Amino acid sequence: MTTDRDEPVSRSRRAFLAGGGLMVSFALFGSLRVSAGQENTLGATILNPKLPGDLKIEPMLDAWIRIDASGVTVCSGKVELGTGVRTALWQVAADQLALPLERFRFVTADTALTPDEGYTAGSHTMADGGTAIFHAAAQVRAMLVDAAARKLAVPPERLVLENGVIKAPDGRQLTYEDAAAGLDLHRMATETSPPSDPSAYRYIGKSVPRVDILAKVTGGAAYVQDMRPDGMLHARVVRPPNHGATLVSADVDAVSRMPGVVRVVHDGDYLAVVARGEWQAVLAMRALQASARWRQTETFPDNATIHDVLKTLPRLDYVTTRQGVDGEVHQAAPVANAAPAAASTGARVERVEATKQYVLHGSIGPSCALAVWRDGILTVWTHSQGVFPLRAGIAGLLGLPKEQVRCVHVEGSGCYGHNGADDVAADAALLAHRMPGAPIRVQWMRDQEAGWEPLGPAMETSLEVATDADGALTAWRHALWSTPHNERITNPGRLLPAWLVSQSIAPSPPSPIPQPEGDADRNAVPLYRVPDVRVDMHFVTQMPFRTSAMRSLGAHINVVTIEAMMDRLAAAHGKDPVAYRLAQLDDPRAKAVIQRAAEAFGWTANPALPPNRGVGFAFARYKNLMGYCAIALEVEVDPDRRAVRVDRVVTAVDCGQIVNPDGLTNQIEGGIVQSSSWTLYEQVRIGAVGVESVDWQSYPILRFPQVPARIDVHMIDQPGMPFLGAAEIAQGPTAAALVSAVAQATGRRLLRLPLVPHLWP
Amino acid sequence: MIELTVNGATHRVDVDPATPLLYVLRNELALNGAKFGCGMGQCGACTVLVDDRPVFSCLYPVSSTAGRRVRTVEGFGTPEKPGPLQQAFIDRQAVQCGYCIAGMIVRAQALLERVAHPTEQQIREHMNPNLCRCGTHMRILDAIRAVAATGELHRAGEKGPAS
Repeated sequence: MTTDRDEPVSRSRRAFLAGGGLMVSFALFGSLRVSAGQENTLGATILNPKLPGDLKIEPMLDAWIRIDASGVTVCSGKVELGTGVRTALWQVAADQLALPLERFRFVTADTALTPDEGYTAGSHTMADGGTAIFHAAAQVRAMLVDAAARKLAVPPERLVLENGVIKAPDGRQLTYEDAAAGLDLHRMATETSPPSDPSAYRYIGKSVPRVDILAKVTGGAAYVQDMRPDGMLHARVVRPPNHGATLVSADVDAVSRMPGVVRVVHDGDYLAVVARGEWQAVLAMRALQASARWRQTETFPDNATIHDVLKTLPRLDYVTTRQGVDGEVHQAAPVANAAPAAASTGARVERVEATKQYVLHGSIGPSCALAVWRDGILTVWTHSQGVFPLRAGIAGLLGLPKEQVRCVHVEGSGCYGHNGADDVAADAALLAHRMPGAPIRVQWMRDQEAGWEPLGPAMETSLEVATDADGALTAWRHALWSTPHNERITNPGRLLPAWLVSQSIAPSPPSPIPQPEGDADRNAVPLYRVPDVRVDMHFVTQMPFRTSAMRSLGAHINVVTIEAMMDRLAAAHGKDPVAYRLAQLDDPRAKAVIQRAAEAFGWTANPALPPNRGVGFAFARYKNLMGYCAIALEVEVDPDRRAVRVDRVVTAVDCGQIVNPDGLTNQIEGGIVQSSSWTLYEQVRIGAVGVESVDWQSYPILRFPQVPARIDVHMIDQPGMPFLGAAEIAQGPTAAALVSAVAQATGRRLLRLPLVPHLWP
Repeated sequence: MIELTVNGATHRVDVDPATPLLYVLRNELALNGAKFGCGMGQCGACTVLVDDRPVFSCLYPVSSTAGRRVRTVEGFGTPEKPGPLQQAFIDRQAVQCGYCIAGMIVRAQALLERVAHPTEQQIREHMNPNLCRCGTHMRILDAIRAVAATGELHRAGEKGPAS
């Protein structure tokens, strides 16, 4: 649509701005500073590292805000994944533009229209995307006021902004559209913005109702699944039974003759059917699947052996250190086999080991996408987390220039990380490209999503910590084994269909997200005061199962490990766990959430609890960079019914300036419930034929009767402070507090997740 | 041709009688409320009411609706005038991604029409078949409790089917 107008400008200015910035990948390690030309952790290129938030990636103001005779349009490259960010970003723009919400359009993630902000992931949306809009809008507002001042011949400070109108003292006024006439917003953002007064915000800090909910509760079109363009055909894919299996034969001819079938695609190990009716497509898929014969080429470990197997596979070792209590975190370049860390020494040394199994993102709606190849443009509607990286991947897969592919985000079912969204978009693109003119809708089935989504990795951790006689931490040695947590689209081979077609493309070699964000080692560097820290990430590069990003990455098990250690050390030194944590922290905001949660919970050092009951406490600051979260909870176990009931959960969080308090509460509640489900119940069954969890029977998750009785969320607002990511902050602390409470209730400190199947095998 | 009555309106559709009701609702009738989740009756995203009883429309053959009343979330209210449960979900912002929510509302409707003031345990057990992955359960329960407290839907149920 507007590709013609926007893209050449965008390309040339990016080329100009990126000029001179050398792409040196090993520069990521060693120094943690960002520089121009370097890619950030979300797959976008930094052009100006001095600018706030994602203005670093897209410094031009008109990429974010456009004003013409038709009105004001604000653009974001971030997407709504069900977390409410669309509304929150809109609120930020409204306050900083001094414009009512309903007075401007808000466009998200469309490769033809919006800035490239990489992936919507890692709790970066408010921190980076929100910050970019916050500053871009303030700078554009100031430009509008200056333009109006010139037009009205009034000093800018005498103008008043009210409901999208700029008013002079004498009653003359200009709309934003009038003021913007002749004003060129194609200007580089500046490092600082005109200040705004947090006490004057009309939207920021208010629980503005989400803009997407009305349609979702009344049956409105809300998801990519709800799109029905004229002439749409329904496609289904047939997947191999496991990774590496090759197709021996399939009865394409018989399936081609089935009612409604328009096309059967067979290309190497890739099979798909396209039909007029959706049910016809399902029946054809089943017939094709039943006729297909496959040859298994790989063997797979099982749940009992996976952690031992991880230690035998090819790997790269990444060593991260922090020397001195205020020392910088330093990550060394990877080596094939790092020399083992020296044992900790101190008055007392404790050791904790933990494991987790593979987990599923488990979106309720399996992945879906729609694509059409028409007039030389392949348009893909997708619930991808990153429309720009997806565009590059699809273009590479089909041998098209990027300019001929447009990816448009439309919501899908919540993803919680890298699920099948990108792969099904590639399916739709691949099929649409072979059938010009017809919109092709591909809907994965439940077993396909479960069997082929990248899994959350199985992991093992081992932590050894030394303390002095008073309990002060003196040395910290954390080792962990994991496959990658970030197999995003860095080449077309990262898209599943690319492996299956006859002209297959292999995925690019895995590479972890570096510290301080971290990958499997996310949150492995403790926030606690300790002068000598070493983290050994044994990054397994040959995956028995495909794995990638799932909400909080390694932080889930690392926080479990760290907090179990803090409990153990507190007990060893005869201290209350909460008091002990407070004594090992310097960050006042960390202490504040801990104190608030403990107080609201009514935490006492040695509670008199009935049998089978336990309390647990845990804390983490997500990535040591984002929101702070402390959680206290109480559980009751029922050995006869083999059940753990979460009674009450109290949490305190600090996510900087809060944009939408109700949205934040919703995210925290959701994180607590989801992490409870992971920690208590969830594991992908693996065995001889690969992934054996194919539905909700073979992959049970938490249900209504198991939901906590009560969750209280306490928020510490920080007006005027930066936005800090919130969506993943509860995952680690919830799990750690549960482990602790279950240990107290059962008398067994179990660090094998999920807890329930391990408690009562 | 198969005749079916959905939200009070009668439709004639030309489909294989074995087609699951879900596909007819979504494609032939262009109703978005019922969602494809698993196709196996394990998640509840596709829940609709057939003669006041919640069913998994992903498994329910369209031919079995003959002589029965089908209700979907679209039948409970409109964006302009949401029904009691829809309004309670809006008031409590009981949505994250929202993909499961129409199914949640439909299943809860069945309970509240039948039982005036269900207990907490009754609500949780009744909602057991429906899965939510975002962890919106606290708010979903809260919204259902709020409507249960009014008894509103039960009275409507007694007056007879409103469709």
